[in-house]
Parts: sequence; structure tokens; C-alpha cells
Amino acid sequence: MKKTFAALAALAIAASTVPASADLMIPNLSYRTGPYAAGGIPYADGFNDYFTLLNERDGGIGGEKVVITECETAYNTEKGVECYEATKGNGALVYNPLSTGITYQLIPKVAADGIPLYTPGYGRTSAANGKVFEWVFNYPANYWDAASVAVKYLLEQNGGSLDGKKIALVYHNSAYGKEPIRTLTELSKKHGFTLVEVPVDHPGQEQKSQWLQIRRDKPDYVVMWGWGVMNAVAIQEAANINYPMENFIGVWWSGSENDVMPAGEGANGYKSLAMHGTGMAYPVYDDLRKFVIDAGKASGAGDQVGSVLYSRGMYAALVISEAIRKAQEIHGTAAITAAQLRDGFEALEITEARMAELGLPNFGQPFAASCEDHGGPGAAMIQQWDAASKTWSLKTGFIAPDDEVLVPLVMEDSGAFAAENNIAERCN
Amino acid sequence: MLYREAGDFKTSYGADSQTFPIRFDRMRYYAVLALAFGVVPFLINDYWANAVFVPFLIYAIAAIGLNILTGYCGQVSLGTGGFMAVGAYACYKLMTAFPEVSILIHVLLAGGVTAVVGVLFGLPSLRIKGFYLAVATLAAQFFLVWLFNKVPWFYNYSASGQITAPERTIFGIAVTGATTPAWAKYLFCLVLLFVLAWVARNLTRGAIGRKWMAIRDMDIAAEIIGVNPLTTKLSAFAVSSFFIGVAGALFFSVYLGAVEVGEAFGIQKSFLVLFMIIIGGLGSIFGSFAGAAFLVLLPVFLKNVLVGQLGWPTDLAAHIELMIVGGLIILFLIAEPHGLNQLWRVAKEKLRLWPFPH
Repeated sequence: MKKTFAALAALAIAASTVPASADLMIPNLSYRTGPYAAGGIPYADGFNDYFTLLNERDGGIGGEKVVITECETAYNTEKGVECYEATKGNGALVYNPLSTGITYQLIPKVAADGIPLYTPGYGRTSAANGKVFEWVFNYPANYWDAASVAVKYLLEQNGGSLDGKKIALVYHNSAYGKEPIRTLTELSKKHGFTLVEVPVDHPGQEQKSQWLQIRRDKPDYVVMWGWGVMNAVAIQEAANINYPMENFIGVWWSGSENDVMPAGEGANGYKSLAMHGTGMAYPVYDDLRKFVIDAGKASGAGDQVGSVLYSRGMYAALVISEAIRKAQEIHGTAAITAAQLRDGFEALEITEARMAELGLPNFGQPFAASCEDHGGPGAAMIQQWDAASKTWSLKTGFIAPDDEVLVPLVMEDSGAFAAENNIAERCN
Repeated sequence: MLYREAGDFKTSYGADSQTFPIRFDRMRYYAVLALAFGVVPFLINDYWANAVFVPFLIYAIAAIGLNILTGYCGQVSLGTGGFMAVGAYACYKLMTAFPEVSILIHVLLAGGVTAVVGVLFGLPSLRIKGFYLAVATLAAQFFLVWLFNKVPWFYNYSASGQITAPERTIFGIAVTGATTPAWAKYLFCLVLLFVLAWVARNLTRGAIGRKWMAIRDMDIAAEIIGVNPLTTKLSAFAVSSFFIGVAGALFFSVYLGAVEVGEAFGIQKSFLVLFMIIIGGLGSIFGSFAGAAFLVLLPVFLKNVLVGQLGWPTDLAAHIELMIVGGLIILFLIAEPHGLNQLWRVAKEKLRLWPFPH
């Protein structure tokens, strides 16, 4: 029984390993199932569609077709590891797992295997220090930037002082949700506000007690680090206790259409951070429609086009494709390797002019990476939900984070990682 | 025919009471060992180690542990995930506090720490039984996960609450950390599994195992014939938790390398290991292996067939996979409520007579 089964499994697994080809192989560790699928599906669709566009319109990047291998992780680290091991042997160029938990797993592995890891807006914040994290890139912005931008926005709202204010942090009780605590604690010391931590356990469908606590404590502002089903539940609960929505700010992972729609009218006025623009008013969508959507080549059900997380997936794909272009330029070859792509990531510069050229003017912030800086400028905007027209509208321009607080924290955390793992600093 | 006893004479008590009394069975056991130790390490690659063998070996240790408690001693436990977390966090604290001590000792000590915690949570079993005990162990599950999330000392005050295994070596070869070769991971887990399974098999055949089974079958009768319920139940909790703690330590340090307690050791882990022993067969060492193999390999197998071979969309495959695994579990339990172990036993009985059924 066991042996026949093992033999069968052996056959299936051996047969499924595809031989490495000359194409640019990019694994997409996505999740379209489970409690986080509401975030995973649009992101994966945007990611896939942008590469499909490049293949269909330009014949790939530098003449090389891009091959996307999708692997379902269900936001689960064990499945993420399986996906990583299954795809890395086939010439995988870069990983973008859209999960902080899986990112933590992969950081030591990618360094050992020599494959870049690109985690825009998530992952390990201190990976911004390129001196320690050679293979990890998290520009244009990370969690600590987000925490700082949120506080800066609140400062602005309160005439420059948060003295005596109370801010509650509703967070996913995991590596992801705990990331901003350190920054917010530092900022609370600097600006004199009280921080109340309200953890929500995975998956976050049950938050009655947390919102009861918020109703009792009456914090002036609620900041949320949520993901998946937790976002929609939190916004619904906030609406139920009549919490003023304009004082409720989510991180950029808690600000998609799928999070606010279920609460209907109640979500009106909810704010979230945004690291890029959203909607379909960009020229790139003309090409996307022509080459991908109307051609029937859209990823998934094709119903997510133009949404916030679709835009983010597309943005991640865009940065990766630009890094590939850069690597091809540096090394003078179209068929680059993972190690060459790392050089591309490190030398990458995306200007506003380039973004406009790519069909996304005023979409994201310009940034330039270097050997030391893998984190980018970290600015973000604030967007607000309008329930009547079902759209997000940007309330501010890009707000720069408070580097005075963040830089020492990044240095401290990356220094601890370097000491634990005996990593010598680079770039000297 | 294959499993014939005819001509297999035993001339000593030792030979008569050995684990595999039938010669063919014994040869098969040696063949499996030779394959596992002598062939697999030379062929294994990262994918096979990380997706198939290492999780299988680790879950087999956990399943044997739970089988000792639930299958042999009859105490239902839903705290497996929590106890695995104790093993993982104990191992992490030891690894970071005493970096010069061998990882093997840390893993075994982590098992010891878990045994102590297990005994503590086993105390209610002296007063409550069955479903009520299951609820008490469920409390252990939630309490332990909450504790490791809440107290920063357990994760050395890291910003994210994650614990990450630093590199540790045995005989100069890394067994934890990212640079570990696939064969080293595999062999480290295999050696531990081999030793622990051997210990478990012999414990359950000896006096202590018979006491466990006496308690399982009828605790009042067992008490009357002189089995002390206190020491028996608590020893079952201790031994079981030791195994589960070792499994948790390996799960964290060798297999994943970094874990987050809520995600890696949540309630679903408790159920997974419980399903392993129910499908494999309660009260059987072989059943623990079969159940672990079934639940570790089947999803990987289905995923590779559905996505890799048939090219289905990943989300559809993931959903179908859940349905197939669930359906097969129900089917197996209807067809054979005593699990894969019973199927194996029936197959052996048949083979004993084959090809002459009368």
C-alpha cells in the first residue's frame, strides 16, 4: 500500500519537473484559496497580466519571453517552502511571495541559493539595509515607512502635535502585524501619544472583543495592519460600533476594494495608505485591454482589473521587468541568470519619465537603489473610500517618512541579524 | 505463501518475542532500513527533502508520540500543536543560549522540556476522561500558542515575533540553517525517527505499554489489578510529549528554519496529527508511519498531478485537492474504521494463505 503509493508519488513528482529553458522563468507564489485569497487573487492577476502584456506586445523583455510558473501557497509557510523548492531548480530568477511569513523563511534560503527576493511594501523591513541583506530588495516602501507616514499624516491633521492622543493599533497577530509595533512605540515616545495594541488572531473572522475594547477605550485614531478576511471584518465591526471612519487608517494592505465593499455604506470615509495610484485612468490599460484582456489572455477570472491590489501586482511586475532590463543592459546578454538579475535590482533607477514612458504617469514614486539602499524613499499617500461612487480618492500627495527615527531602527535590526548569522557588511 | 510461518523455528525466548517474528517480514524491515539509510541519502535533492521526506519523517515522530497517548493509553489529546510549539521554542532558546552545545542535545532537551509541560497538562486526565479531557488539552493548545505570542522573552525580543534557527553543525556538517545539504537534513531526522520509533515499539511491548493499554481498555479494572493510574497516565503524557517535542524542535530547526507560532503550531496542526493516527490506525507504530505518509504525500502528489501534469489552474487544483483528501479520509474510515494498519494486517493474513485460501 505504502510502497505503491510512494512509487506513484515518485513518478508524478519526477515527471513534473520541467527542464530549464532559455526563457526568463519567474515563479509566482500566489494564493487564490484560503482566508487571504481576497488579497492574493487580484495581486496575482495583476502580476501575471503585466508579464503577459510584455510577452504579447514586445515579445518579452529584450527579446526573451517571460514564463510565469504559478504555485499556490494559501499564505501557508509550509506550502510556500514546497513551492520554493519546486521552482528554484528550473532557473527561477526572482521570488515575490506576497507573504511576510514566507519572506522570513526565504531570506536565508535565497542568500544560500543566490536568487533575489523582491518584497515591495512587505517582508522584513530591515532588509532595506543592503549592506547586510545582499539578495533582498523591498523598495519603494516598507512597513516602518508606512507606520511613520501614518503618524505624520495624523500630526498634520492635528496641527503638528499628537500630545495626549491615543492611537490604537489593530494588527494581525503574526510577523506581518507585529512589524510596525517597534516603530510606533518609538514614534509614540517622540510625539507623546499613547499606543494601544489590539492583536487579532489568524484568520481574523472573529473580532467582537477587540472592537468592544476599542469602543470602551475610545482611541482618537485606529491604525490597522490587517490582511485578507480580517480587513473586511474589522471595517464592518468599526461601522457597527459607529467608530468615525475618517479616524480609521489602514496600511496599504488594508485598503483594497474587497476590504471595504462588504461593509457597504458603513465603510464610507475609511482611509488607507497607498504606495501607488489606482484605477484605470492610465495609458497602460489601453495596451492591457488590447493585448491581454480582449485577447482572452487575462489571468484568473479577469474581474479584478484596475483594482488596488491588481495595480500593486502590476507595479511589482513592472519593477521586476525593469530590473531584468537593467541586468540585461549591465551584462550584455538577454538570457540573464538570477545572480545577474540581482545586479540589475541593485542598479535599478525608476524615474517619473520612465514611468510615464511605461504608461503609468504619476503612479508611483521615483526611486534609485544602491548597494547600501535596498529600501527606496518609502513615501506613501493617503486615500479615502467613497462608498457612493465605490472609488478610492487620493487625499494627499506622497508623504515622506521620518527617517530620523527609522534609520537607527533599521540599522539596529539588520545589525542583530548580521551578528546572529555572521554576515560581514558589504559595500565598504 | 509469502508470510508463511512454516519452517521458521524459534529456539530461544528472545527469538520468539522479537518484533518481527516472521522471517519475510523481518527481511522486508531490513530492506526498508537499508534503502532509507543506504540509498535515499545519495539520491535526495532539495525538493525531495523539503517537500516530501523531511516533513514525512517529522510528522511520523509526532504521530508516534500522539499514538502513544491516544492509541495506546486512550487519552484523547488536541494539544499536539501546542506541545510541538513548546519543543520548537525550547529548542530555539537552547540554541541561542548555548550555541556551543550540539544541536542533537538541544533537540533531545527540547523533548524533555515538552515532557515536563505535557505532564503538567496531563494532570487533569486523572479526573476527567474522553471528550472532557480533549477540551482540557484544547485549552493547552490555545494557552501555549498565546503564551509564545505574548511573552517576548520566548522569541528573544525580535521585532516580528518570529524565531529563526541559526546554523548549527554536527561533525562539521550543517544540519540547521539555509546552507544545510538535503541529505544532512534527511539523515538527521531519519536517525532520530529510527531511534524513537525503536524505543516506542519496545516501550509498548513491555510492562509500561501493557499498563497503558490496560488503562485504555478499562481504567477501573486496571486499577483493581494493580495498575497505578497516576504514574501510568502521567508516564504516557510524558513519553508522548517527549516525542511531540522532538518533532516540534525538528519542525522548526531543520524543516522550516523560521516559524511563527500561530501559523505553524495552530489548532490545525493538532487536528492534522490526530487525523494521521486515526487514518493510520490507533495503537500501532506502523499506523503512525502510514498515516503520516498519507497526509504528507497525498497533497503534494495531487498538486503535482493536477497542476504539473494536467495543467489545471492552481486555485481549482487546490480546492479539488482538499475535496479529494477529505473524500479519501471518509472513504478509508468507512471501508476500514481501524485505519491503514488494519488494511495492512488483513493483507498480511491473506498473503499468509495465498495462493491456497483453504
